[in-house]
Amino acid sequence: MTDIPAGSLPVDKSQSAPSTKVRGYWGSVWNRLRYDYTTLFCMALIAAIVLAAIFAPWLSPMDPEKSSMANRLRPIGHAKFGLGTDEQGRDMISRLLWGGRVSLLMGIVPVCFATLIGGAFGIIAGYYGGKVNMVIMRTMDVFFAFPSVLLAVAIAGSLGGGIGNQMITLTVVLIPPLCRVAETATAQVRSLDFVDAARASGASTYSIITSHVLINVLSPVLVYSSTLVSISIILASGLSFLGLGVSPPTADWGLMLSTLRQSIYVQPLVAALPGVCILITSIAFNLVSDGLRQAMDVKA
Amino acid sequence: MWMYALRRLVLTIPILLGVTIICFALVQIAPGDPITSLVRPDTPPEQIAALRAYYGLDQPVVFQYLMWLWRVLGGNFGTSIANNAPVASEVMRAFANTIVIALISVLFAFVVSLVLGTIAAIRQGGIVDRLVTALAVFGISVPTFWLAVVLVIIFAVNLNWLPATGMGASGSDSFNYFVWDDFKFAIMPIVALALPPLAIMTRITRASLSEILNQDFIQTLRAKGLGGFQIITHAIRNIMPAAIAMLGLQLGYLIGGSVLVETVFTWPGTGALLNKAILTRDIPLLQGTILVLAGAFVLINLVVDLAQSLVDPRIKRS
Repeated sequence: MTDIPAGSLPVDKSQSAPSTKVRGYWGSVWNRLRYDYTTLFCMALIAAIVLAAIFAPWLSPMDPEKSSMANRLRPIGHAKFGLGTDEQGRDMISRLLWGGRVSLLMGIVPVCFATLIGGAFGIIAGYYGGKVNMVIMRTMDVFFAFPSVLLAVAIAGSLGGGIGNQMITLTVVLIPPLCRVAETATAQVRSLDFVDAARASGASTYSIITSHVLINVLSPVLVYSSTLVSISIILASGLSFLGLGVSPPTADWGLMLSTLRQSIYVQPLVAALPGVCILITSIAFNLVSDGLRQAMDVKA
Repeated sequence: MWMYALRRLVLTIPILLGVTIICFALVQIAPGDPITSLVRPDTPPEQIAALRAYYGLDQPVVFQYLMWLWRVLGGNFGTSIANNAPVASEVMRAFANTIVIALISVLFAFVVSLVLGTIAAIRQGGIVDRLVTALAVFGISVPTFWLAVVLVIIFAVNLNWLPATGMGASGSDSFNYFVWDDFKFAIMPIVALALPPLAIMTRITRASLSEILNQDFIQTLRAKGLGGFQIITHAIRNIMPAAIAMLGLQLGYLIGGSVLVETVFTWPGTGALLNKAILTRDIPLLQGTILVLAGAFVLINLVVDLAQSLVDPRIKRS
């Protein structure tokens, strides 16, 4: 399982800010992105996966939770069940579509929460420096003393299973690396001349943060968050695999992988399917975040 | 050198204390009252209060923490709820099984990633480079437990080359890594564990080596008439401190992250122990295992930093 890379983003804004161009920042990002076909393809793929998850109730041919003992473990390419059935005779297409809803939710929602919380702490720590910085960042250091999988298992193992607990767990795990990235970026922006100029001209701390710091911290933080989506999906499916996620008969891809594990001798290909879904989704998110990193000119 | 080592050592203490606080907090966030889950539901309240006092649960949380910390420092990690065995001995036995395969797989990943990363950095844009990049993306994106299941499907179910699960034909007590019939059981766990660190380290090696190869001193070496191999040895010497750092970091991640892979292969390490603790809601066992693993991670990072400062004299000055 991939682990969260130690968050340090030396961002050299002085070289990259195309402030004199007619095109705005986002315009130039898009201009670089539109010739990056790999990233565009992966974006389209993610859009398709998200749409499939949203419209799962209409797209799935059968009830994902309706089991049938007569139709257990049908192979891929079956006339009635296109991708076969699982160990309780439930249609795999429907289950993969419905499972994707939970898995995607677990990839995106914790990252959003962690970006807000970790980003806020990071900006505060980076902007105020001194004691505030020390308290926040040393606390984060303690969380860095845990490998992320271990921290997730520890928190989820104590809290117990369930979607809500899983979301809390993943958010807590993702906050420290995001906080560190935001702190580094803020500390760099803060030392630049234009922040001093704004302060000298009487701008309040609040308006300096919202109108000067935030905009410069945003792109490294966003790029970093996008790398965390695939990590979050994999962590979530890992927790579900251990039985610390959604409770049956609802399933996400991790839990499906876990319950189908007993059937690898009968239907190995069907048993591997949920993992293929996780893999494709996570590769797509990883490649998109690589593309964004290049387009936004953030060094990592 | 010694000043740096001393400072680094002192800085580790608050981190370790923080780790113990988090591990202690795990019990606090666990839902349910530990006493009511121990006794019958019709126990009179006075008896519950007496039990509470006996376990020190009527004391303030800070006091409870200090009591717990004192016991932990004395090597007492509490007793497992499931079988009443002391947690410490159970964790230590499992930890030995985990650290050996983690070490083997991280060293395997390290050697392979150095070779692949170097070839990719020399032949940038070539076919090897592209394959290496693809492998890196795959290794970073793949869920290891799925990879483990796929390995079982291929090598145990279809080809019947390797045993699917377990540790040794005759149990884990007589397991010997130097006997092929035993080592067969360790191959798939090692490979499944090795792929993500392999991918990450290959990526880092390729990136840092290609940066070094663009520096002026490489030009100078070339101008002096050094051959390609000698230049590469110079460049690799320069990435060694970074390489050692990533080696240690990945070893730590493997020790902590092996829970899923060990579950698939029923390898009797700390991962399997964690899985057992989760299934039986055995919080003391969970707490003790996490504490040992996180402590090991902190110590590995310490050793790595010290080793790095030995290899790279530039670090001491900063």
